[in-house]
Amino acid sequence: MIEPPQSHTKCEISFQVNGKLVAVRAYPMERLLDVLREELGLTGTKEGCGEGECGSCSVLMDGVLVNSCLVPALQAKGVNITTVEGLAEDERLHALQQAFLDCGGAQCGICTPGMILAALHLLGKKPQPTMEDIREGLSGNLCRCTGYAQIIEAVAEVGRRGIAG
Amino acid sequence: MNTNRIVGKSMPRLEGRGKVTGQALYVDDIVLPGMLFGATVRSRIPRGRITKITFGPGVDWNEFVIVSAKDIPGKNCIALIDDDEPCLADGKVNHPEEPILLLAHPDRRLLPQAVEAVSVEYEPLPAIFSIEESEQHSQIIWGADNVFKSYLIEKGDLDAVWERADYVVEGEYATGAQEQLYIENNGMIAAFDPQQGLTVWGSMQCPYYVHKSLVKLFNLPAERVRVVQTETGGAFGGKEDYPSMIAGHAALLAMKSGRPVKIVYDRMEDMAATTKRHPSRTRHRTAVSKEGKILGGEIEFAIDGGAYETLSPVVLSRGAIHAGGAYSWPSIRIRAKAVATNTPPQGAFRGFGAPQSLFALERHMDRIAQVIQLSPAEIRRRNFIKPGETTTTGQTVTEAIDLGKLLDRAMEISDYSAKKERFAKENRNSTRKKGIGLASFLHGAGFTGSGERFLSSVVGVEGCAEGSVRILVSSTEFGQGTNTVLCQIVAEALKVRYEDVSIARPDTQEVPNSGPTVASRTVMVVGKLVQSAALGIQQTLEASGLLGAIYSPEEFRAAVRAYVAKNGKLQALARYEQPEDIVWDEQKYRGSAYAAFAWAVYVAEVAVDLTSYSVSVDDFVALQEVGRVLNPVLAKGQIIGGIAQGIGFALYEKVIWQEGRMQNGQMTNYIIPTSADLAPIRVYFEELGNVHGAFGAKGIGELPMDGPAPAIINAVEDALGVPFRSIPLLPEDIFDAVANERERERFSPVAGDRR
Repeated sequence: MIEPPQSHTKCEISFQVNGKLVAVRAYPMERLLDVLREELGLTGTKEGCGEGECGSCSVLMDGVLVNSCLVPALQAKGVNITTVEGLAEDERLHALQQAFLDCGGAQCGICTPGMILAALHLLGKKPQPTMEDIREGLSGNLCRCTGYAQIIEAVAEVGRRGIAG
Repeated sequence: MNTNRIVGKSMPRLEGRGKVTGQALYVDDIVLPGMLFGATVRSRIPRGRITKITFGPGVDWNEFVIVSAKDIPGKNCIALIDDDEPCLADGKVNHPEEPILLLAHPDRRLLPQAVEAVSVEYEPLPAIFSIEESEQHSQIIWGADNVFKSYLIEKGDLDAVWERADYVVEGEYATGAQEQLYIENNGMIAAFDPQQGLTVWGSMQCPYYVHKSLVKLFNLPAERVRVVQTETGGAFGGKEDYPSMIAGHAALLAMKSGRPVKIVYDRMEDMAATTKRHPSRTRHRTAVSKEGKILGGEIEFAIDGGAYETLSPVVLSRGAIHAGGAYSWPSIRIRAKAVATNTPPQGAFRGFGAPQSLFALERHMDRIAQVIQLSPAEIRRRNFIKPGETTTTGQTVTEAIDLGKLLDRAMEISDYSAKKERFAKENRNSTRKKGIGLASFLHGAGFTGSGERFLSSVVGVEGCAEGSVRILVSSTEFGQGTNTVLCQIVAEALKVRYEDVSIARPDTQEVPNSGPTVASRTVMVVGKLVQSAALGIQQTLEASGLLGAIYSPEEFRAAVRAYVAKNGKLQALARYEQPEDIVWDEQKYRGSAYAAFAWAVYVAEVAVDLTSYSVSVDDFVALQEVGRVLNPVLAKGQIIGGIAQGIGFALYEKVIWQEGRMQNGQMTNYIIPTSADLAPIRVYFEELGNVHGAFGAKGIGELPMDGPAPAIINAVEDALGVPFRSIPLLPEDIFDAVANERERERFSPVAGDRR
């Protein structure tokens, strides 16, 4: 059986989120997902399965796409995290967010933040991905509404236009 | 027809910005001051009497709020059709995961251990787990005969046709349970105030179902119960009835503790405890002439409803009415029943019984084709229902639908005939066997029969002080596009800008009861009503002299502002009235079952890899007539999303039961399609229009769930020459079947009795 996270004392962990330095007091084995949502109020990161299957809790950690439900808080020490809240600049949506709106990539919206971060990660590695790259690149993020087609279209659109839009 | 400015255009999703930026608030994102977290102690056995409950060591129970059935102020039930499901078990349990006790604590992290530390002792009773066991009556677990509901649909003189038949073709088909797997788990927050009453917020499809259930559970006057929908992360029917249960639980804990309480399920609890698609068994016996005309048929349709009745009678009804599909039956007898087993109650899932009975029918049509040696396309063509003919319930088809043309077009787009021929040749020398299959079908929009008349839905449109208008409905958004399309309808009807229309949050204190958000009824039925309420606003403004016959959006806004400033309130309501030509006899199950049907022909191309026995869907053509398409991007999203779920239903999604409990309640071992699994799905619309829907729309949401499974399994049979009668069809099933066929040297795909 997994040790309950509160079996240790809380410790202070500092890291960057969306460019801002934050310090939280958290149990070392607490899920990064809970720290983001409950300590920092960043509820755009969603829990879908709690076991790293659905990707709804995806965030970028030093540029790497991770399932924040599988990352212990302690591991976030000193890293740079990007969540969905860090993408739009004031009123101006990120090119991926706009493309998801235009193409119908978001239906119920619960997988959308994680999906957009997975897409951002993919475009970082492959700025002009093929359809196959996109299918493969997003396959760790489950969506039950869209059948993925309009999500894939949105990512392809950004690939064509470039992230700067 | 195409003079509309807003309807028919892909207006952006109204609440889309909040969703892509992460600002949209789902129930688990909401925190109330002093809030506790709730958890549920559930039955570990399928059936028995509770003899003792002990609260074990290692937990400071003084810190916990504990609720049992004794704390329920009103009737211990989840009010729905027959109110037979308890909110909390009282002395006995009838299925695994049945709720027994509720716990709440300020620290969410302490709850799992506390739930574990409650020990419930039982005197177990024998349990039953399948349709067959339920029929055998070895245990009577519900009513006098384990039957929740049965229907008989009869048309023509069936008994006379068997004599005349050149062929009689029989077949039995089965479908498994399917989990809705919305990505947002179920959850609710409740707060109780002795003066104001009860308020719940949460993820749901039907605020007024939850409201009705809470009124009964708490024995409160209706005005002291308030239900508010939060942003809802997918539903697909899975949030039709079960949210009433969770709302009741959170509310009981809130009343006892005097603090707000949040209950949000984790994935495993959601999958194990909440509803799924009913498993089904369908038996066909069909009389066919040598020309390939269906003379008549007998259909026995049975579904497994689980331990309580809940929605099973209506799921059964829709399944039974769709069992004859898109064909003309000179005579038919459909016997349908929903039976009880000791599994958690099954519930609504997109299609609502129709995907089950249509899977059977569309597999059976291929079987008939083989027996009388016609092509799958030709057997369908010769039996398509035509305008002027009647359905199995005696409803005359009044729409100008030409299914033969729809079939021709689907075959042309998919290159059906050439591919079928080519695959047959290529398969001989390949271990990757290709096949192509089709399904033609229909889906009725709106509540069945007199359902819409009984619902008697009411909607409102109001003018706001700053000049915009706002829609008041309890119809919910959970991804399908309710908000966007209803706003498009009102903007079009009032000749104002899309941006000038908003929609109220579904809150029973703010909006009238426009009925549940189910049955592909929102755009067609509720949409037509908001269109009419919008015209009411326009008429009021015209009558008051503030608005001329021709006006600009700015002039309209000015008129609304002036009216509200002068009179304080500008509101128009519209109530559903059943059109006179829609007549339904509930006793005989005859008449107009639905105001309109959507029609479709789907073609699936598959490849079966005989090294891994996996099936890939390589091409999928979906052609449908859904009336007028009001928002092409959203409509296409509905169709593709439904097809993806249909592909899962056919090839991936298997609920593994053990003693009535789901064993694979995790995303790790209950598999749905990923982006890597799905080939492009090609979507085409025909638009005939519909006099009963807003701007000619019909229902669209459920249709795409009906066709994929039979089209795919028909294609798998085309590829392998081996028939499959049940889904899900997993690689191990194909392996076994192929091995069996190889053993049976003289395989003949042609079965049935030549008379």
